[in-house]
Amino acid sequence: MRSAVSRAASKAVEKRNRTAGEYPYWQTMREQAHAVKRRVMENLDDFLLQFEEKCRENGIRVHWAQDAEEARETVGTIAAEHGVKQVVKSKSLTTEEIGLNRYLQKNQIEVTETDLGEYIVQLLDQIPSHLTAPALHLDRKDIGRVFHEKLGVDYTEEPAELLAIARQKLRKKMLNADMGITGVNFAIADSGCLCVVENEANARLSLGVPDVHVAVMGIEKIIPSFSELDTFLKLLPASATGQKQTVYVDVVGGPLFPAIGEGARNVHVIILDNGRSRILADPQLRETLFCIRCGACLNICPVYRQIGGHAYGWVYMGPIGACLIPQYNGISAGRHAPFISSLCGACAQQCPVQISIPHHLTRLRYDVAKQGYTAWWERYALKLHAFLCRYPLLYRALTWFPGKLQQLLPGDMRFPAPGYTRDRALGRFDSKGFRRRFLKMQRQQDL
Amino acid sequence: MFQNTYGRYDKTSLRFTRFLFKLFLNETAEKVDNIVKAALFIPCLSEHLYPESALNMVKVLQYLGVDIDYVENQTCCGQIEYNSGLRDEIVPVAEHFIELFSHKPCIVAPSGSCVAMVRKFYYDLDIRDNLKSARDELAGKIYEFTEFLVDVLQVTDLNGRFPHSVTYHDSCHLNRELGIYEQPRKLIRSISDINFIEMQDPDLCCGFGGTFSYKFKELSIRMVAQKCENISNSRAEYCIGADESCLMNIEGYLIKHAMKARTLHIATLLAKSLGL
Repeated sequence: MRSAVSRAASKAVEKRNRTAGEYPYWQTMREQAHAVKRRVMENLDDFLLQFEEKCRENGIRVHWAQDAEEARETVGTIAAEHGVKQVVKSKSLTTEEIGLNRYLQKNQIEVTETDLGEYIVQLLDQIPSHLTAPALHLDRKDIGRVFHEKLGVDYTEEPAELLAIARQKLRKKMLNADMGITGVNFAIADSGCLCVVENEANARLSLGVPDVHVAVMGIEKIIPSFSELDTFLKLLPASATGQKQTVYVDVVGGPLFPAIGEGARNVHVIILDNGRSRILADPQLRETLFCIRCGACLNICPVYRQIGGHAYGWVYMGPIGACLIPQYNGISAGRHAPFISSLCGACAQQCPVQISIPHHLTRLRYDVAKQGYTAWWERYALKLHAFLCRYPLLYRALTWFPGKLQQLLPGDMRFPAPGYTRDRALGRFDSKGFRRRFLKMQRQQDL
Repeated sequence: MFQNTYGRYDKTSLRFTRFLFKLFLNETAEKVDNIVKAALFIPCLSEHLYPESALNMVKVLQYLGVDIDYVENQTCCGQIEYNSGLRDEIVPVAEHFIELFSHKPCIVAPSGSCVAMVRKFYYDLDIRDNLKSARDELAGKIYEFTEFLVDVLQVTDLNGRFPHSVTYHDSCHLNRELGIYEQPRKLIRSISDINFIEMQDPDLCCGFGGTFSYKFKELSIRMVAQKCENISNSRAEYCIGADESCLMNIEGYLIKHAMKARTLHIATLLAKSLGL
């Protein structure tokens, strides 16, 4: 699993870097995107109201959801209203966040994920392991096995054959579905339009073929107008997959347009808060809401590459997930996440909207520590260290000991960090230290 | 400009250097006097585990005619507590640091992450109001060693010689927080007979990350394993770095797994190449 993730991630980084390198104004675009997001976040209430009004004008029904439960129930109500039995979904992290699939299944509604990766993950009853490539942790042999076991087809590991199997199964679902659920990549405030980007046409079919289309979006997905869209449409695919453009860019401007004959008859949009307004209230951490879910920070992250997405334990993973988990789920439930990082900062360097992730991680670590979740030994060791740092003489006297002590221990003694030294030799403490050596050197020079 | 003519550190050559500074850099006498006076900030790892590289830094600076000033009673910048989230605890540590160093004309340290701590992360701390301007001032005059050589002293050619192959590891804080990427490379390339090979992904984190390396040992070890593989694939004899913590982590793995390459702090490299 680890090598599959690592390989896929480094390939994605390579492609991303190549594509980003082709844009002469890449850095300027990042700054623009950051500025747009900042403007939106600072006036989110106005933008949301404008968006709602425009949507209503376009014939889109707007629902507000305070939390996950309310969002799920709204979907349930819409489904009941239209007598929905079968649902097709395109990949959406927001619906993953609110646990929509389980809710619908519990209400005897069949849900099928139509994104290939997400479909595979659904067959396995797992959560996605990557923001944009949900089945990144599986190789084609795994996928062949899953199809063989869950769909009862002959085992094959040929990508084209696997694809044909999935296509055949999904096409049937698509045509029979009563309702299509999608996420929203960008919600355009001044025109009341929803933009979804994708590569497989599964979103396009989900929002176009069934009679009812339900889009679930977080409040942070707003952008002011179409004129800002092009920057994001360049940044997102390049950062996610290294593509200059995704194969499909779907824009939903309302229900069925008779003159053209396209679209669902009923379009609903659910605007979800689920803790986002709480994040918005913090002037520093609101920057974590700028995320456009491209997954570039995951691909570059050396920690994510080693442990994959499931280790983070929630739908948002990697460096940005480590920022979001304690904020959405509460400091107590998410207290470990901000620490799963060496703070190397590669993510911030890669982020298309310039979220300075490591700074938010240290801030969240502070919040975690402030609530008293630091391990007792760590807290006391660090408090002692901080105390000594204020009293130089004491500090000097006490730091003299480790050097002396280690010299008494034989060769490769596990000191002072058991476990650390299992695969790493530890540097030897110098019993004299720099200060004494330097002062001696200076004395010699003066002679 | 900085030829070997200065020779080793003595009071006469120091005066001569100052004269040259005035002549070539067109600086005012006062500024020149300040430029060649540097206070040392020796982070804890250099103090206790690797004094050798810090001493080499001193030797290189003295060789260039910089007047070295050791600040007594210095302890630690508090980065380890900061990264663990204990911000309030290090406020007095930071205040101690600021009081100690703020009246110095310029400060040099052989470690990027400690410089980043003072320059950038002290702004996150809730320090006393009367020290805030001192903190701002301090942030502008604390330098990492290679940065000080290349950007402040404008040294790019030390005329040293080091007939070995080396590669360079970009420490994360040095590279990403302080933007020091070219400076150490310039210094390495200026050494004659050196074979400088870039490894694959020189800016990949080595997995140290302070307490991260202890709390997530498995993860940290896998990361350093990747780094060491890149180093050994480059076939360089030495991995040069400018941050002792990363080098400790990397060398620890190299030694334990009997890999050929060794690490070398850039100050040690420069001192060796100059025969100091």
